[in-house]
Amino acid sequence: MKKILAMVMAMAMVLSLAACGGGDKPSTSAGSAASGAASSGAAGTSDAADFKVGAIYINSKNDTAGYTYAHHHGITTAMEELGMDPATQLVIQDEIPEDEQQVLTAIDTLVGEGANIIFGISFGYIDAMEKAAAEYPDVVFSHATGYKCNDTNFNNYFGRAYQARYLAGIAAGLKSLETGNNNIGYVAAYGTEYAETCSGINGFALGAQSVNPDAKVYVKKLGAWADEVNESAFAKELIDSYKCGVISQHCDSAQPQIAAQDAGVFGCGYNSDMTADAPNAHLTAAIWNWNVYYRTAIEAAMTCGDASNYVSTLGSGAWYGGLKEGFVDVSPLNEATCAAGTQEAIDAVKELIISGEWDVFSGVKLHITVADGAATVEKADEALVDNTGAEIVAAGGPSVEDSVITGTMNYFVAGVEEA
Amino acid sequence: MEMDKLGVVTTFIHNIVVYNIPLLYGTVGEIVVEKSGSLNLGVEGIMAVGAIFGYIIGCYANSIAVGILTAFAFGALCGLLFAVLTVSLQANQNITGLTLTTFGLGVYFFVGNGLKAVAWPAMNDYSGIKNGFADIAIPGLSQIPVLGRGLFSHNVLVYLGVAIALVMWWYLNRTAPGLRLRSVGENPGAADSVGINVKRYKYIHICLGCGIMGIGGYYMGLNMSGSFNSSCWINGYGWIAVALVIFANWNPALAILGTFVFGFFNTLRVSGSSLAAAFPGPLGWLAAIPTQLYQALPFIITAIVLVVTSVRKREGSGLPAALGLNYFREER
Repeated sequence: MKKILAMVMAMAMVLSLAACGGGDKPSTSAGSAASGAASSGAAGTSDAADFKVGAIYINSKNDTAGYTYAHHHGITTAMEELGMDPATQLVIQDEIPEDEQQVLTAIDTLVGEGANIIFGISFGYIDAMEKAAAEYPDVVFSHATGYKCNDTNFNNYFGRAYQARYLAGIAAGLKSLETGNNNIGYVAAYGTEYAETCSGINGFALGAQSVNPDAKVYVKKLGAWADEVNESAFAKELIDSYKCGVISQHCDSAQPQIAAQDAGVFGCGYNSDMTADAPNAHLTAAIWNWNVYYRTAIEAAMTCGDASNYVSTLGSGAWYGGLKEGFVDVSPLNEATCAAGTQEAIDAVKELIISGEWDVFSGVKLHITVADGAATVEKADEALVDNTGAEIVAAGGPSVEDSVITGTMNYFVAGVEEA
Repeated sequence: MEMDKLGVVTTFIHNIVVYNIPLLYGTVGEIVVEKSGSLNLGVEGIMAVGAIFGYIIGCYANSIAVGILTAFAFGALCGLLFAVLTVSLQANQNITGLTLTTFGLGVYFFVGNGLKAVAWPAMNDYSGIKNGFADIAIPGLSQIPVLGRGLFSHNVLVYLGVAIALVMWWYLNRTAPGLRLRSVGENPGAADSVGINVKRYKYIHICLGCGIMGIGGYYMGLNMSGSFNSSCWINGYGWIAVALVIFANWNPALAILGTFVFGFFNTLRVSGSSLAAAFPGPLGWLAAIPTQLYQALPFIITAIVLVVTSVRKREGSGLPAALGLNYFREER
């Protein structure tokens, strides 16, 4: 083994010498490639043509739906928008479990392949990415859904999914008015344990209540981020036992939507437009436009001059985009299923949120009425109350802090019950 | 909210059957294999292979019958591989079985991802599959309140699974070939000495059992509406089936009972909170159990069953005496 290794290295040296000596060109590319590319992975100095993006995925890069697909699609779209070629300029380590050693190995590989910026898409990569950011100060590290960052080359990014959820909630609420069934089901990976799921459920419920004050949201927790068998079973249970007429979800697969379609009820998907999976049931889905962030981040990494300036170029170590940035949104409404006036109501609220005039978790609630294809939105000072009756924000009070929405929100608003 | 009490119970019973009959296929298949003296730990992989080919070919033919036959055939092919390796080539059965699991899951993802990159057949587009998998109510019996819809209004694969289990019980216990098969599993040397073709019996029944597992995999795929994602349809059911064999004491008829007992706890996770809401007095405590315990419950039950059956006396046990031992004629 040693002998073979020695021979290979000798060959590599001879070849690189030959390459350097062969022509009079001032090229040193062959030499630097053979001597280990770690030193060549400096961010900020490159232009679009030789900038390399690295990505670490939790599932396969070949997925055609779900979380990894959404990120992969976002990265490739952003690169194409920036005139880069994902086939040659994107290096990927996929199916990397949330194991620190394996993530560090994946990062070493990506740095070795010359990545200037490395995206890690799963929450559990957090510690490995923090370590790697210190180990490779000239490479940019960017971690999705996490909370750690530094002042130089390491940031995290996430979005105001609750805003998109609110819009989807409007669609669900209007549908519940149309069908006369106030029960709405929600298949969730987790409930109040994670602020991510909790704020999404609350945003959705408030959206539904803005059009149908009697709407009730029944949440059924999977206790896992992905569990396809039970995603289907839980949706059916909400339909059969809780008589829910609309099924929303915070889980990866389209099983809840398929179950809704099989039972003749309706649903709101998540992550991607699930209309193709359940054309007779799906209303609209809360979606992420990851490419919005990826474009911002890659641009920042390309223009920051040095990796240590990356975070200051981006503006903040914790990038938190919403409807305004176009980072979250709802998928195009399924006209075959949505109640009349849904588009108008959603557009009106979207405008309020984008202009910064109003946000979901505050002491001001929206009352939306739809008549003759026009939506009327009225603001009313009403306290934000949790489902035990405790007051979270007094009537007319300010919005809940971002740090609460992303980190510590652990209550369901009134009208939400665990099923 | 006011729950429809009878409706909740009906749904609970219905779910126990719908989501757990795939286990019955895996269990009965494994019983048939083990009765021939072969321990096949590849159930998970074999179910996956049967599932993916059964689903794809069944869709293209737009016929659930073709799907079932294909799933059986590909399961049996996996069995043939196992038989060649362990019966003819005398490979270690445990290792071969585990390899088959890895191999089967690999084939599942290779074929599935490959096809998905081109065009994945969506179950909704194939009326033959969709209608073939629809619930069939048994006239009369399905009119019984609660139990009617719970037990007697199911898709064709539920009835087929129960039928296969009963036929296999009859075959093993009431027919001459079944008796010979059991003798092969107990003492292949003795069976050989009275003129039973041990190799042939092993080959046939390993293939038969694995084919049955394949149908169970196909059922799982249809339960998932044929939606192919990054997690496998089989989802660990193959492993639970291996344990259920012991629970059922190698008796296919008891396997039906075992499936329902196990399914009862498995389904509590889905229906527990509904039952608690419908019967707040007697069952209200169900809602207080954390999800994580529900998730662990099937495996806790499995562990308890293994402990109980292990301490039980050998007498009356259906464990084939020569299980896991390769039969090499020249060493007799």
